[in-house]
Amino acid sequence: MKLPDRTGWSSLVETTQDPAGGSGYGDHPPRMGFFTDTSVCIGCKACEVACKEWNHVPEDGLDFTGMSYDNTGGLGADSWRHVAFIENRRPVSTVDLGLPAMGPPAGTPGIRPDLPASADEEEGQLQWLMASDVCKHCTHAACLDVCPTGSLFRTEFGTVVVQEDICNGCGYCIPACPYGVIDQRKEDGRAWKCTLCYDRLGEGMEPACAKACPTDSIQFGPLDELRERAQARVEQLHEKGVDVARLYGHDPQDGVGGDGAFFLLLEEPEVYGLPPDPVVTTRDLPDMWRRAGVAAAALVAGMAAAALGGRS
Amino acid sequence: MAECHPVGFQWVLEAKARGATVIHVDPRFTRTSALADLHVPIRAGTDIAFLGGLINHVLSTGSYFADYVIAYTNAATIIGEGFSDTEDGDGVFSGLDPESRSYDAGTWQYEGTEVAAASGHRDQQQYKRLGKGSSPGSKSGRGESHGSGGASLQGEPERDETLRHPRCVFQILRRHYARYTPEMVERVCGIPQHLFHQVADALVSSSGRDRTSAFVYAVGWTQHTVGVQYIRSAAILQSLLGNIGRPGGGIMALRGHASIQGSTDIPTLYNLLPGYIPMPHAHEHETLDDFIAADSAAKGYWGDMRAYMVSLMKAWWGAAATAENDYCFDYLPRLTGSHSTYETVMAQQAGECKGYFLMGENPAVGSANAKMQRLGMANLDWLVVRDFSLIESATWWKDGPEVESKQMRTKDIGTEVFFLPAAAHTEKDGSFTNTQRMLQFHHQAVEPQGDARSDLWFMYHLGRLVRERLAASTDPRDRPILDLTWDYPTKGPIAEPDAEAVLAEINGWDAHGQPLASYEQLNEDGSTACGCWIYCGVYADGVNQAARRKPAGEQNWVANEWGWAWPANRRLLYNRASADPDGKPWSERKALVWWDEEKALWTGHDIPDFTASKSPHYRPPKGATRGEALSGVDPFVMQADGKAWLFVPSGLTDGPLPAHYEPQDSPFRNLLYAQQRNPVRQVFPHPANRYHPTPGERGADVFPYVLSTYRLTEHHTAGGMTRWVPYLAELQPEMFCEVSPELAAERGLEHGGWVTVVTARNAIEARVMVTERMKPLVVDGRVTHQVGLPYHWGRNGYSRGDAANELSSMALDPNIHIQEVKALTCDVRPGRRPRGKARDRLVRRYQRRARIGTSTGTEM
Repeated sequence: MKLPDRTGWSSLVETTQDPAGGSGYGDHPPRMGFFTDTSVCIGCKACEVACKEWNHVPEDGLDFTGMSYDNTGGLGADSWRHVAFIENRRPVSTVDLGLPAMGPPAGTPGIRPDLPASADEEEGQLQWLMASDVCKHCTHAACLDVCPTGSLFRTEFGTVVVQEDICNGCGYCIPACPYGVIDQRKEDGRAWKCTLCYDRLGEGMEPACAKACPTDSIQFGPLDELRERAQARVEQLHEKGVDVARLYGHDPQDGVGGDGAFFLLLEEPEVYGLPPDPVVTTRDLPDMWRRAGVAAAALVAGMAAAALGGRS
Repeated sequence: MAECHPVGFQWVLEAKARGATVIHVDPRFTRTSALADLHVPIRAGTDIAFLGGLINHVLSTGSYFADYVIAYTNAATIIGEGFSDTEDGDGVFSGLDPESRSYDAGTWQYEGTEVAAASGHRDQQQYKRLGKGSSPGSKSGRGESHGSGGASLQGEPERDETLRHPRCVFQILRRHYARYTPEMVERVCGIPQHLFHQVADALVSSSGRDRTSAFVYAVGWTQHTVGVQYIRSAAILQSLLGNIGRPGGGIMALRGHASIQGSTDIPTLYNLLPGYIPMPHAHEHETLDDFIAADSAAKGYWGDMRAYMVSLMKAWWGAAATAENDYCFDYLPRLTGSHSTYETVMAQQAGECKGYFLMGENPAVGSANAKMQRLGMANLDWLVVRDFSLIESATWWKDGPEVESKQMRTKDIGTEVFFLPAAAHTEKDGSFTNTQRMLQFHHQAVEPQGDARSDLWFMYHLGRLVRERLAASTDPRDRPILDLTWDYPTKGPIAEPDAEAVLAEINGWDAHGQPLASYEQLNEDGSTACGCWIYCGVYADGVNQAARRKPAGEQNWVANEWGWAWPANRRLLYNRASADPDGKPWSERKALVWWDEEKALWTGHDIPDFTASKSPHYRPPKGATRGEALSGVDPFVMQADGKAWLFVPSGLTDGPLPAHYEPQDSPFRNLLYAQQRNPVRQVFPHPANRYHPTPGERGADVFPYVLSTYRLTEHHTAGGMTRWVPYLAELQPEMFCEVSPELAAERGLEHGGWVTVVTARNAIEARVMVTERMKPLVVDGRVTHQVGLPYHWGRNGYSRGDAANELSSMALDPNIHIQEVKALTCDVRPGRRPRGKARDRLVRRYQRRARIGTSTGTEM
């Protein structure tokens, strides 16, 4: 989605595709991020476990959710990676996925068009989608904008990190996130989320989740490279007939200026519980302040007029 | 595979990215199905019918790789006149003795040979041949013929390379599988014909000179009363398609634990010595010569068994092993019959087995019929449990289900239980042997915490203490322990034995103490010592070859310098078959090893699994023995005839060809034969181990649903390594049961609610997971529901639940004595199970309704 109007708010948030530079880093490394290719995710949850192990994120309860094999439920203060499991049927009319199939997928060698179609083809193909979600490390990060303590900051890698020793638990960042990622921990009220393993990056290591991912569904690297790789992957899938493959969060023109962590999806974002058109929640703030300023000036003028008038 | 072996599954996805078609055959739609090109749902327990259908398709459409089949398999070999197939016996082969419920394999032999027998059961037949009378116990469990299992062959088998002789293997195969039609596959397995044809066409079009296909299975495939024959069916198919010994082909067994391959190579099995040498039987007055004569083969590499055996005994008993005392052959224990896990449970209950070591094993959760396991353990004198945590097998005496239901009282249980905490793999050095027979060494990262110790530490120091206590003994029965070479160096604050020193002993050394480089250097005269002949070379040049980690980019695609694979670091077994009979690759695309005419040597990308200088044109002179008896076109060098066996003349207890039998508990009659179940399967009638009625009998419909047990990515087998780990427990926090929406509607099950699952053994409860991934099948015109149960849970740990194995029975494959836990039947009812004695009452009520008695389901 394109922003209708960019004027007026750029003074509050960085508009460039170099958020680190925009934040005052002079000589800094390239912007780093994640490309999560859900078409090869096998739902092993190694990313969830590796993240918790490395970052000492606490276990948060034994809840059988009944949401397929997802007992994590969503991203939160104590889950910085979350693997969604979606069981649904794809209508027959759409182009075949070429991935999960109980009926004959297109392009399978030896397919027999002469044989009767299965019931699945009438009901649509059963698919079991798996996708590992994470903080998007937005180009225009509202959580950062609203943080009054400076606990949230932009790193030299262009990522967004909370400093646990500075956060005062005000909670402003929670409703500011357009994805509902950042979350307060009940025990101490502080805000927590993925740091893109800032400590590991500093040591030249990749984040724990990407390291643990056995199928390279989670890829880590310079964002520019990842965007190129993702584009090539989408084209490759389209060539194979997987027309439903699409990127999400890759576009610098979208409502958050593009994500530092973006995805290849096989369905509409809503199917995965992702907002279709996320917009940085602080976008309208400058405008609002300007209007508030005008209103305030008018009020002051009015009061002055009234005072003057009273005197007369 | 994605479910249970996610790390290995990356290579399947890599193959897929390169254009491979991935087909997943499984009763349920799993994480693997989600990534596969095609999912084929199948009724649990009917795989031989499905694979038999594919074999029939390959034979009847002429899609087999003819040049490969004629040259490299026993298709042309003629079977003796005495053989009669299941076609004649309505599901039974010749040689069945109903009295002992066992087969005499005498009529399954090659024509023109004396008695041939494979490594597994060869002893019994060979012993007869030697005129020593019959061998004890046909159910002695000598069927472990995997790995290097070979055959003994006396004489020249007759062959008809036109494949027209009515008694040649090819024609027998053709007749045997003719009834396995696509229609029959649909009726038996519930696989629609169009789906069957898709699989058949994909498989055939991806096999031949230019292409190969691989079969990959997890060990659930073996857990049937016909488990070995499942794998045999795949072996027949792959041999017909020319997919063995060639890159991209093969049958890969994905094994449940990190080094299960290692634990059969250097076995924790009762019936094998290291390197698949059979464990001797308790024949009267047997000598080493008798043993070797009965078990070694005249032809092929098993002909050198004496060298392997003598070297093994030299490794164990060192200087005490001399030619005069048969190298301490009499020190070895002897088999008197089958001593498998399940026979041991029966022996415990009978008071014959008094002590039990459980090392990384949790039978109270992980073995079939968990109650039988606990009843056995409750009748021991002592029990030693070594594990990370207090698993159910360590605490059943105070909080097990029988204590809860007051069937047992703690104060009545005489078993003394010792719990010794175990170190994790990160806390010790050692090697893993994986599916590809590759050894990879791992190094200790941290010291074990508290009292936790490695298995190596435990066994070494236990042996040391036992030897100290026996040191003054003059009793001859203590000599086998006192004469052991038990001198491994130890290191560090906890006196950890040096794992590399053990590896060096396994590799072996010559008379001067120099490390050996290859098993071909082993001698019969006691001048070499080697702890496991197939591992010889893993410590060549005194270097730990298993610890090599040369990156893929710095070597060729076969990557022989990563770890070390047995035998002789060959990465692909029988890879001579990757070249045609003249020694040229079948195709450039699939070239692996080939004959270099100029250098007169076998060469290629991999290390040739063949005598390097043996020309493809070599033909053995009459009377040749051992390796020399194999010709230049005999790639299967461990087999006495050098051929891949489509038909197994000996070594299996339940038939030379796979035939479909229904599982022990099944809702269907066998549609292929009158014979319902594997006639020689092992059953154990016992009040706590009742079987379900045969379909058609009154009461059979009490257990109408097919039940299968399985694993999830988040947990490991019986849960000892994962249910205590909060980060894993929270990902799959509770025992659940997967059912289809249709079955949920039929039985009033509510998603997220509770279900009670009942069999004649027990009743358990689980949370309900209603999912379209469990698809009802139409079997023989009847809608059939399948119920899925993960088997990870038990009463202990951080994440708890009822154990699925409370429901399973002890009914075993007769070759390897493995339990049938992948295909059972059950009933399901909404709600939680009754507590205390009411639970037993519910099960007894079901037994009465189904008219189950002592002999139900035990008929041949």
